[in-house]
Amino acid sequence: MSLESLGWQGLVVLVVFGISLLIATYCTYAERVIAAFLQDRVGPDRAGPWGLAQPLADAVKLFTKEEFFPSGANKALFIFGPCLAMITALMSSAVIPFGSFLKFGETVVHLQGIEINVGMLYVFGIVSLGVYGIMIGGWASNNKFSLLGAIRAASQSISYELAMGLSLIAVLMMSGSLSLRDITLQQSVPGEWHFWNIVKQPLGFLIFIVCAFAETNRTPFDLPECETELVGGYHTEYSSMKMGLYLFAEYVNVFVASAVMSVIYFGGFNFPFQYELREWLSASRGFSADAAQNVVAILGVVAVFAKIFSFIFFFMWVRWTLPRFRYDQLMRLGWTILIPLAIFNILLTGGLITAGVIPEIKQWW
Amino acid sequence: MQSLSNRAKKLEKKPMTLAERAYLPAIFQGLTITMRHFYRAATKKQVTIRYPEETRPFSPVFRGLHVLKRDEQGRERCTACGLCAVACPAEAITMVAGERKKGEQNLYREEKYAVSYEINMLRCIFCGLCEEACPKAAVYLQADKMAPPRYERDEFIYGKDRLVEPVSPDNRSKRGIQLTPEQADKLRSQMQPA
Repeated sequence: MSLESLGWQGLVVLVVFGISLLIATYCTYAERVIAAFLQDRVGPDRAGPWGLAQPLADAVKLFTKEEFFPSGANKALFIFGPCLAMITALMSSAVIPFGSFLKFGETVVHLQGIEINVGMLYVFGIVSLGVYGIMIGGWASNNKFSLLGAIRAASQSISYELAMGLSLIAVLMMSGSLSLRDITLQQSVPGEWHFWNIVKQPLGFLIFIVCAFAETNRTPFDLPECETELVGGYHTEYSSMKMGLYLFAEYVNVFVASAVMSVIYFGGFNFPFQYELREWLSASRGFSADAAQNVVAILGVVAVFAKIFSFIFFFMWVRWTLPRFRYDQLMRLGWTILIPLAIFNILLTGGLITAGVIPEIKQWW
Repeated sequence: MQSLSNRAKKLEKKPMTLAERAYLPAIFQGLTITMRHFYRAATKKQVTIRYPEETRPFSPVFRGLHVLKRDEQGRERCTACGLCAVACPAEAITMVAGERKKGEQNLYREEKYAVSYEINMLRCIFCGLCEEACPKAAVYLQADKMAPPRYERDEFIYGKDRLVEPVSPDNRSKRGIQLTPEQADKLRSQMQPA
């Protein structure tokens, strides 16, 4: 990799970072508007046209609120908790491929923060670190409700990470690669009818999406914050922007979970007839090969964000439809239903691969 | 025990079917219901009234903020007879009567007039009895205005500066038919029970 393309890659990382933050910011607005619409209300519409400046107003409010430290709190850890939650949430979006590549003569820019061959493991590792932010914050608050929320968060993520990992193993068995870019490219082979992984792994996807809800602490699995039982759960004692960081981290996590789902199960930046479009552009529209590739790559970015936004919408839609699970129900669902189902899914996938029903993946690129 | 009314239904707790235990069909049912609401809120007119810009229409018989009327020549109708204050069940109205001086004929309709006239809007129950009691068709409760909220209690005591309607006929309150006292007398006699 040349120095120049390294610079380009740095730019891409910055852009991805900015986009994650921007999306998280506007998720707060979207959540309120979607909640309002689902409940026949209007939602925020005072700040700016259609209330679009509402996130800015919220940020100003959060920054100007009093910074409160509970007595007996471990001050260093109390500050460290929300920082860790935010950092881990932002780190995981680095390996998501948001597009194929742009080509300017010799320079090739991959629309992905970093391409590593253990991309999926990296996401998993970072996401499971995220629970430490919640645990440390909940413990350092010196508050029983915070501690209860933190403990719930810990046991909930451990339980659901298992089922999540097992449901992904079935995908890995088909793809033979942990790289998110490889998994994306495998879902569309030029000149062939090739289906996204959702068609081959419907059960795995179902398990994954349920676990994603639990991992991001969203309703119906938002027991760590559970305002009806635990005041505010792990962020009971938090105020000002430290509270804001926790809320932001949740939305960044939702964004990352949506991105991972669209990459692994819904073909990522692939969209139907992309290669035909590229051919057509360069053959009959007089585009140069580079320009045709760039147009298709940008359309791919649009495609992946369309998929991500529909998942984010789904997260919010479910949140305002379903009531919260009880804690024993949550544990029973995780351990006695999802994990056995995921293991069954692995066996099923293995059997189908051996029987030749699921074709072998070609490394065509 | 024997049921007396035969209305009590006996409920059986059946074991759940597989579809019920799987929970997913019920989730999809719920999701379609909320999506229908989303669609309705996003495409059709919402029921919410955005208050400062939109207001709910008042009923034509709504009894709101009082107004002291003027007659056709712009003279104050009120003669400070005190009947409204007597009729008021909340004792919200006070007034001081005075004698009209020479040269004030264009200001006050009759020789006696209200030097001050105050209504305490915190006491007032907006029953409209003052309006009914007034023999000069001077006090009315407007159908399109409410006493606005204030920070201080004494700001709720409305004097003549805020009660008497403007001189210009264009700015006058729409409430209160412009009756001459004679017409009002006639109406009242018609309404008397025989």
